[in-house]
Amino acid sequence: MIEIKNIEKSFGETKVLKGISSVFETGKTNLIIGQSGSGKTVLLKSLLGIHTPEVGTISFDGRIYSELNADEKRALRTEIGMVFQGSALFDSMTVEENVGFPLKMFTNQTPKEIQDRVDFVLKRVNLIDAHKKKPSEISGGMQKRVAIARAIVNKPKYLFCDEPNSGLDPKTAIVIDNLIHEITVEYNITTVINTHDMNSVMEIGEKIIFLKEGILAWEGTKKDIFKTDNEAIVDFVYSSNLFKKIRKAQNKGE
Amino acid sequence: MKNLIFKEIDDLIIGSLGIVAFISFFVGGVVSIQTALNLTNPLIPKYLIGFATRQSVILEFAPTFISIIMAGKMGSFITSSIGTMRVTEQIDALEVMGVNSLNYLVFPKIIALLLYPFVIGISMFLGVLGGWMAGVYGGFTSSDEFIMGLQTEFIPFHITYAFIKTMVFAIILATIPSYHGYYMKGGALEVGKASTVSFVWSSVAIILSNYILTQLLLSK
Repeated sequence: MIEIKNIEKSFGETKVLKGISSVFETGKTNLIIGQSGSGKTVLLKSLLGIHTPEVGTISFDGRIYSELNADEKRALRTEIGMVFQGSALFDSMTVEENVGFPLKMFTNQTPKEIQDRVDFVLKRVNLIDAHKKKPSEISGGMQKRVAIARAIVNKPKYLFCDEPNSGLDPKTAIVIDNLIHEITVEYNITTVINTHDMNSVMEIGEKIIFLKEGILAWEGTKKDIFKTDNEAIVDFVYSSNLFKKIRKAQNKGE
Repeated sequence: MKNLIFKEIDDLIIGSLGIVAFISFFVGGVVSIQTALNLTNPLIPKYLIGFATRQSVILEFAPTFISIIMAGKMGSFITSSIGTMRVTEQIDALEVMGVNSLNYLVFPKIIALLLYPFVIGISMFLGVLGGWMAGVYGGFTSSDEFIMGLQTEFIPFHITYAFIKTMVFAIILATIPSYHGYYMKGGALEVGKASTVSFVWSSVAIILSNYILTQLLLSK
């Protein structure tokens, strides 16, 4: 479980996060949604320790990040897996080297053990014949799978995904969403996904927090979205004609 | 880390040998020919061709001008490779994993460039060899005269001076391009700009440190 309390972060004069508090639950896919510029990425990077909030605390199963020493922070980071928006695979390495990288860096496993684990996670993300290929030789969807495999190879407790569907066709996007959800449940991971893709929200949004101009404007589940009267989230969700129609149909049904 | 260092040695040192050998050999030859063509006074001995080639190549051409060329080749490679990692979030990925990205990316390059004097040593040898071949086979001087010129007033400290400079230039070549790559912001266009800026600043640093070191080490 990740708990954030009263997070504030500014860049110069601009306050990007204005006192955000929430809880990201274990074994669930927690989504951060909001328009571009709402502070989603800054919040995610604050959770990852890339940005340091001026105010507030972030605790990982009771461990308050800002109170940890350097060694403890490093140890905590080995419990984190991250899927970046552009996959961020290392260009100079093959798929299997990318996936095995965290194990080589942070474990004392033998090359055989590393290879076995790499084979296992690549199979888990349904990548069978890409071991020796470079990232530039595989498709965007495959790159995302490799990024997920790399993120989970060291059995993380926390998985963060920044726009995991960006640049993917709708069908592949759903496959990636479902894969992340399955892994979250299977390994009982605390997963936090940063997205503005409403398909993802409706597919895997077990816990959703909605940011607007740096403020937590709404939180709930995917089911709650259709029932809420919160203007901010209604404006955001029903900016799409498709969802307007779904809401209309639902209201008629009721 | 060992593998990374070997990879950097391969990319930066071994990968530069071809162009360094090519340039050194032919520029050494041109220095020899130019000297010969300018020795119009019959009272000036022919062995000066060897002497001038040795002094030009060892004191300035090999350490300084090859380093400026390397600021273009190695420097651009370092800046663009690290810069691309920055814009594609690969550096963030390293940080999130708990890897000290600065150490992981820059330290192997600094260690690899400790072998840079090896490149300059080869440049010196091939520059002089090119001068000898152009002088002798071009009919400007005899082999004995050229070799006599090479030995005339030879000051061993000049070699030390050249390699001291080379070590300073090696540190410049590893650090300035790494800095411009690591701290760059933006996208692909900025990677190109950062490479250009890194070449300019590396060259400026090489020229200035060359002046300061020459003043410190050779002036009496």
